[in-house]
Amino acid sequence: MKKVITVALAGNPNSGKTTIFNQLTGARQKVGNWPGVTVEKKEGKFFFNDYEIHLIDLPGIYSLSAYSIEEIVARDFILERKPDVVVDIVDASNLDRNLYLTVQLIELGVKLVLSLNMIDVAENRGYHINHNKLGELLGTPAIPTIGTKGDGLKELLEEIVKVKEGKESKLRSIPVPLGREIEEEILKVQQKIEKNSRLSKKYSPRWLSVKLLENDKDIIEKIRYSQYGDKILEQVEKSRNHIMSIYNEDPETIITEQRYGFIDGAVKESTHWTKKDRITLTDKIDKVLMNRILGFPIFFLFIWLLFQGTFTLGGPPMEWIASLVNWLSHIVEIHMAESLLKDLIIKGVLGGVGGVLIFLPNILLLFLGISILEDTGYMARAAFIMDRVMHAIGLHGKSFIPLIMGFGCNVPAILATRTLENKRDRILTILINPLMSCSARLPVYVLFAGAFFKKNAGNVIFSIYMIGIILAIIMGQIFKKTLFKGESAPFVMELPPYRVPTIKSTFIHMWERGSIYLKKMGGIILVFSIIIWFLGAFPTNGGISFKYKDELKKIDKVYENKIEEAKKLKSQKSTQIIKNLIKEKEEKKKAIEKKIKLYQKEHSYIGRIGKAIVPIIKPLGFNWQMGVALVTGFVAKEVVVSTLGVLFQAEEESLKNALAKSGMTPLVAYAFMVFVLIYIPCLATVVAIYKESSIYWALFTVSYTLVLAWIVSFLVYRVGYLFL
Amino acid sequence: MGKEKMEKLLTLENLRTGDEGIIIKILGEGNFKKRLLEMGFIAGEKVKVEKYAPLKDPVEYMIKGYHVSLRHEEAAKILVEKV
Repeated sequence: MKKVITVALAGNPNSGKTTIFNQLTGARQKVGNWPGVTVEKKEGKFFFNDYEIHLIDLPGIYSLSAYSIEEIVARDFILERKPDVVVDIVDASNLDRNLYLTVQLIELGVKLVLSLNMIDVAENRGYHINHNKLGELLGTPAIPTIGTKGDGLKELLEEIVKVKEGKESKLRSIPVPLGREIEEEILKVQQKIEKNSRLSKKYSPRWLSVKLLENDKDIIEKIRYSQYGDKILEQVEKSRNHIMSIYNEDPETIITEQRYGFIDGAVKESTHWTKKDRITLTDKIDKVLMNRILGFPIFFLFIWLLFQGTFTLGGPPMEWIASLVNWLSHIVEIHMAESLLKDLIIKGVLGGVGGVLIFLPNILLLFLGISILEDTGYMARAAFIMDRVMHAIGLHGKSFIPLIMGFGCNVPAILATRTLENKRDRILTILINPLMSCSARLPVYVLFAGAFFKKNAGNVIFSIYMIGIILAIIMGQIFKKTLFKGESAPFVMELPPYRVPTIKSTFIHMWERGSIYLKKMGGIILVFSIIIWFLGAFPTNGGISFKYKDELKKIDKVYENKIEEAKKLKSQKSTQIIKNLIKEKEEKKKAIEKKIKLYQKEHSYIGRIGKAIVPIIKPLGFNWQMGVALVTGFVAKEVVVSTLGVLFQAEEESLKNALAKSGMTPLVAYAFMVFVLIYIPCLATVVAIYKESSIYWALFTVSYTLVLAWIVSFLVYRVGYLFL
Repeated sequence: MGKEKMEKLLTLENLRTGDEGIIIKILGEGNFKKRLLEMGFIAGEKVKVEKYAPLKDPVEYMIKGYHVSLRHEEAAKILVEKV
């Protein structure tokens, strides 16, 4: 049995933490969410010498102050799960700010190993770190590493083992000095905490005192209901007031300044500069990419490439998936006897699997692109350039990419909201994303615009897209002012230096997204597809379909006889006559089959739901066929077209004519297009929203889009009526 | 701090590209203030205006040797002394 060491990886965003995690674990990693929150949790296991190392990648954070979910998650893991060793990945070329997290980890009293990462970048900039000296001053071993090349990782692992075994002499707990006045107050609070033996056994009393003085809401709540909680908080209040009266500034400010003071001292003593104020490569690149004039065109070029790369390059693999599913269906079709089970397998299961897999190429390609944008450091620049525009509509600069991708497909677009750090921004971007008209809605627009607005079809379709964008802006404002009132997060965004992404990290990231999608969403989408198949296939009205089957048999018989007679003629014309007869027979049979399909659609549960909602959609000018089509459109919006085809007994060009002749007015057609634009995003999108936020937000999206679709279509229909 | 001196103080928002300032104090409170402090915006620290975004907002600053961007509304809450 090998000894297990649990190691948590902590570090700032952009510190190269993920690269080191990938180097150490390779493809042997498990990706999931931290319990209860949509923050990604990555774990990996590997062997080193006589040890099995269990590595947990904590979210990238700047501090441990319970400011964001990520910080709470990281802190709780260290506090509650007590990993054997915490490795803090520090960007050596940006030492001061990175060490702020380190200092907080030191305060927590964990067994810490420092990885001075990207040491080569620091050296190149003329920034020389005496790592032994720095480690000594901080009371923690410090190992220089270059994550992208894997340099220093062996030493890092050796150090982890040493620390775990208690053989590291450099590791000693040093209290981070916070100044005499603060220290006095810490002591007072600490004494009160120590009276509660359970509390002081579980957490370091000094750490708790510091956090309480810092007004840490999370810790205050923890203390409030514990033994002597009132007494402790009373002392905290007194101490805070005392500090405030001395410094004329709140304790958290003073404490932060003291921590940075400690860092300054340690850095000054252990590092020296040889070059100063050199213009970096990043500055040079930014001169072009963030240029006042070129900035936007370059940005739009990248976005265009990302969009084309995702959806155009994604096209052929999607066709391969579709033909694979068709091929499998065909095999089942041939080899199985006619039965409900066969229908379930072909339409429910295979159809459902196809419906799940079809999104995979887009997801993989989009995340390949996003991963490159993030790892190079351009993502932050994109947000920097777009923030002014997006902020005007209440969003973050980083919301732009998910929203644009929504025009291709909302499913990968919603997964892409993970690039937004702030929960409020993320949910807001998710909520309005379905209003970006995805490509699956286009066939519906093309059909109706072609049937009713022949000359202006292009303009009409364009106007639908614009309505979506305008509604997104309006709804964004409304949600911001109602659902997220007062939850404004400051925009403090780091612009990291440009870096060359490693192929390994990029592909691991891409594959992760794909596998998460398949694992977390695939199953649910499949189950729902089967349920919807059931609603579409049942109830099977035996009587009627038998009647049609009899008719089919009759046709067969009649034509068999006719063909027999034609054969007897033996004239030259006989082959021609037979051919015509067969053609006639097939046409007649097809007509009957269409009737069966129509009957089936109309009388299935879905058809009944569609008919039941007629009173609701009547004020919009919609008929029952449109109602049924809308209900089936929940699976995927392009299904609306095929359903209408069945209901109007027509296909493609003839469907256009059938619609035009059905008595529908252009106004109703337009109202219908608007409805299709807005109402419930497809099943897969709803599942994506559920998995990326919560079931409540998913249900909320379903309801608000339905209500909004009705209101806007109603306005279009009624107001249009006045003018036309 | 005397009233006279207070009047001479600028906020970070008032600085232009290439300007440098020393941070005096962060106005505001709660999470916003804490985050700025943790990102290195502490009294006595030097901050340089690197560049404005193409649409003038946000603005890129350099502090503690790294680059960070703030919106005008945030920069307006940071009191500085121009150097």
